[in-house]
Amino acid sequence: MTNVLHECDVLVAGGGNAALCAAISARRSGAAVMMLDSAPRALRGGNARHSRNFRIAHDEPSPWIQGRYPAGDYWSDLQGVAGSAVDETLAHLLIGESAGILGWMIGNGVRFQSADDDALPYSRKTAFFLGGGKALVNALYATAEGLGVVVRHDSEVRAFHPADGLTAVTVLRDGRKETIRAGAVVVATGGFQADGDWLRDRWGEAADGFVIRGTPHATGRPLKALLESGADPVGASGLCHMVAVDGRSPGFDGGIVTRLDGVAYGIVVDRNGRRFADEGEHVGPTRFSVWGDRVARCPGAVAFSIFDTAIERGFRPSIFPAVRAASIGGLAAELGMLPAVLESTVAAFNAAVRAGGHTEGILPAKTRLAAPVAVPPFGAYPMRAGVTSTCLGVRVDCKARVLRSDGQPLGGIFAAGVIMAPNILGHGYLAGSAMTIGSVFGRIAGREAAAHARR
Amino acid sequence: MPGDDGNAARIAQDARQALEICNACRYCDGYCAVFRALRSRRELSAADLSFLSNLCHNCRACYHACQYAPPHPFDVNIPKSLSLVRQRTYRDHAWPALPGGRVRHTGRFAMAVTLSMVAVLSVPALLWLPPEQVLGRHSGAGAFYRVLPWSLIAGLAGLTLLWSLLSVGFSVAAFWRSMGPVPPGAATGPALRDALWDIASLRNLGGGGVGCNDRDDRFSQARRRFHHALSYGFALCFAATAVATVYDHVLGWQAPYPVFSLPVLLGSLGGAGMMAGTAGLAWLKRHADPGPVAAELLGADLALLAQLFLIATSGFALLALRETAAMGPLLLIHLGVVLGFFATLPCGKFLHAPFRAAALLRWALERQEQRRKEPPSP
Repeated sequence: MTNVLHECDVLVAGGGNAALCAAISARRSGAAVMMLDSAPRALRGGNARHSRNFRIAHDEPSPWIQGRYPAGDYWSDLQGVAGSAVDETLAHLLIGESAGILGWMIGNGVRFQSADDDALPYSRKTAFFLGGGKALVNALYATAEGLGVVVRHDSEVRAFHPADGLTAVTVLRDGRKETIRAGAVVVATGGFQADGDWLRDRWGEAADGFVIRGTPHATGRPLKALLESGADPVGASGLCHMVAVDGRSPGFDGGIVTRLDGVAYGIVVDRNGRRFADEGEHVGPTRFSVWGDRVARCPGAVAFSIFDTAIERGFRPSIFPAVRAASIGGLAAELGMLPAVLESTVAAFNAAVRAGGHTEGILPAKTRLAAPVAVPPFGAYPMRAGVTSTCLGVRVDCKARVLRSDGQPLGGIFAAGVIMAPNILGHGYLAGSAMTIGSVFGRIAGREAAAHARR
Repeated sequence: MPGDDGNAARIAQDARQALEICNACRYCDGYCAVFRALRSRRELSAADLSFLSNLCHNCRACYHACQYAPPHPFDVNIPKSLSLVRQRTYRDHAWPALPGGRVRHTGRFAMAVTLSMVAVLSVPALLWLPPEQVLGRHSGAGAFYRVLPWSLIAGLAGLTLLWSLLSVGFSVAAFWRSMGPVPPGAATGPALRDALWDIASLRNLGGGGVGCNDRDDRFSQARRRFHHALSYGFALCFAATAVATVYDHVLGWQAPYPVFSLPVLLGSLGGAGMMAGTAGLAWLKRHADPGPVAAELLGADLALLAQLFLIATSGFALLALRETAAMGPLLLIHLGVVLGFFATLPCGKFLHAPFRAAALLRWALERQEQRRKEPPSP
């Protein structure tokens, strides 16, 4: 039983940063705005709750960001991760608009940490918001509600019915189907990583081993509905942004603290007790995502970081206690491996370690930070692939209009945030870029949707 | 009490687990000193918990910003966890260590002592002193001392305060030692100056410049302002008493003093600040989101606010009605409330002031060390 419950100028689907920016922007453009967040209020904010910074192009230092990050540098960083998948026009729009987005966010209540705060790492590329993503989300909700945006939680968009006039949207709220008619719709509902079946469809059984780092409400229902309505897909449904996390992390919402910091220091073995990659290859910030991808492709999508008491001093421990044993064989038994296999792996590795921190004569080699695993007690962390988001989205144009495969706009439907980020990032990732895409395209989508609704 | 020890261990373990998650996240670094002090600590000892819990000003910004706060399974609730640890530090360092430590740190105990003091003064006075001495009208210099002799008033107040300050002093010294050795080579002078500024400005209730989450996830400076009103009001009342002592002993002018005299003006301004501050803070407590609050500690907080509110209001009543027959009973009530406040200084919420000052001093000493290790980036 479906009944028309409400009409509004602009309907925003989603509850994270992009959705909030779209709602505020549309409201400031004079539209009557309703926001539908599939999460309950306590979990509002989508993956933005776990975020930390914005990647911003700027030609001189400001109170919130040090040094300079010219548009040219931003562009080459984007090309570096996205390669040929990047939509040049949208990328340049993002870079150009990023310069002004900090001021707009501040105007909407978001606070940034002072750039000369010695608690922050040096960054010429990103500005950090004070208190992290949940503080940003709180500030944006306060602004949106203060402006008169109607916010509904526990409301999931199930289908779009695009039309020349009002677009009808089917919504599931408290177990009941409702229809809302709107002059324009902005979809900012992120990826589909919280839909286990969809992930399994693309990754097979490995998906059962994945940990989802963010919101359990990113089920991708609105994305699926858009694709069914004829939206042109971009990105790849079989790829995810992933990092290596402690295997004991909660199934959802573990966020940043479950990342494993010290993987490069010891050795990493699969569940059979064998090394499979050069642990010293990536020691910079890329190490997290490289290991996410490697672990996802291991048997059972699980691996183990192994270290001894001397190595352990070099890195920040996991928030979960290490599995410990007095001997390598004992550790193997704790981890459910054959002791003889892990013992021989460690013995071969230790024999291959040379002064200067590399190995000789084993495959795979360890090219940096190689030290014998020899001082008991020994320790291990189980590793799993922690999924930040999926890399499938819908094609958009410079007005954030969702396009059909024939290049024509899908009447009255706009998109912002991670659901259209693959237009720019392909399946690559740049720290701080997802939030900037959310804010820049949220702002554009809100403004354009309001204009469309006024027609 | 083995059960109580088990409880203390659980409180410490909860705080440790939560702070380890903070140390892996660090999104709250911009809010206050706790998160900066946490950065240099890989494993958290009992000394670290002692220090960090008292460095926390309980502003709750980190709770409302926390993606791991309840209902998240990690259940991170730093303001609540640190409140509970902090309250244990008051009890653990109490001097002298007497049985019944838990009871002595409750709000009920503070209020019971305060009411007893009022009763101990009033009942014998009403029963045994001539009615015209207590209930008559007195005016002119020395009027108060015709109800109760100056030596009794000054003696009772002085002895109670002296004993309490001695006890607080020993407690703070024990607490200072419990935070572990001070970083070597730190300069005490500049650290004292930094700590005094942190105390005077309540910088750590500023949330990095935007205020704190006094009631909900919106930022405000209300708590900081009410606390300023209360503590500066308290300081003005103290100054009024000091000036009056000089008037009495050096200049030979006996109380009560005219309305436009320095002691009365200072006391009135201070009393107004205390009333506004205590009422405001109590209002914030009543209307705050209960999520980050350790409900079992609210009684002690409210009891201190009630004591200070009663001191200010009974003082004002005494000022307003000092020409009438109500002066005698009001003087007994005011004096009783002040004595109750003095007597409960060592075992109530008041300890947060010297303990937090000590933690801020220690933080100022550590900050010098941090700056030496990490010179500012170019």
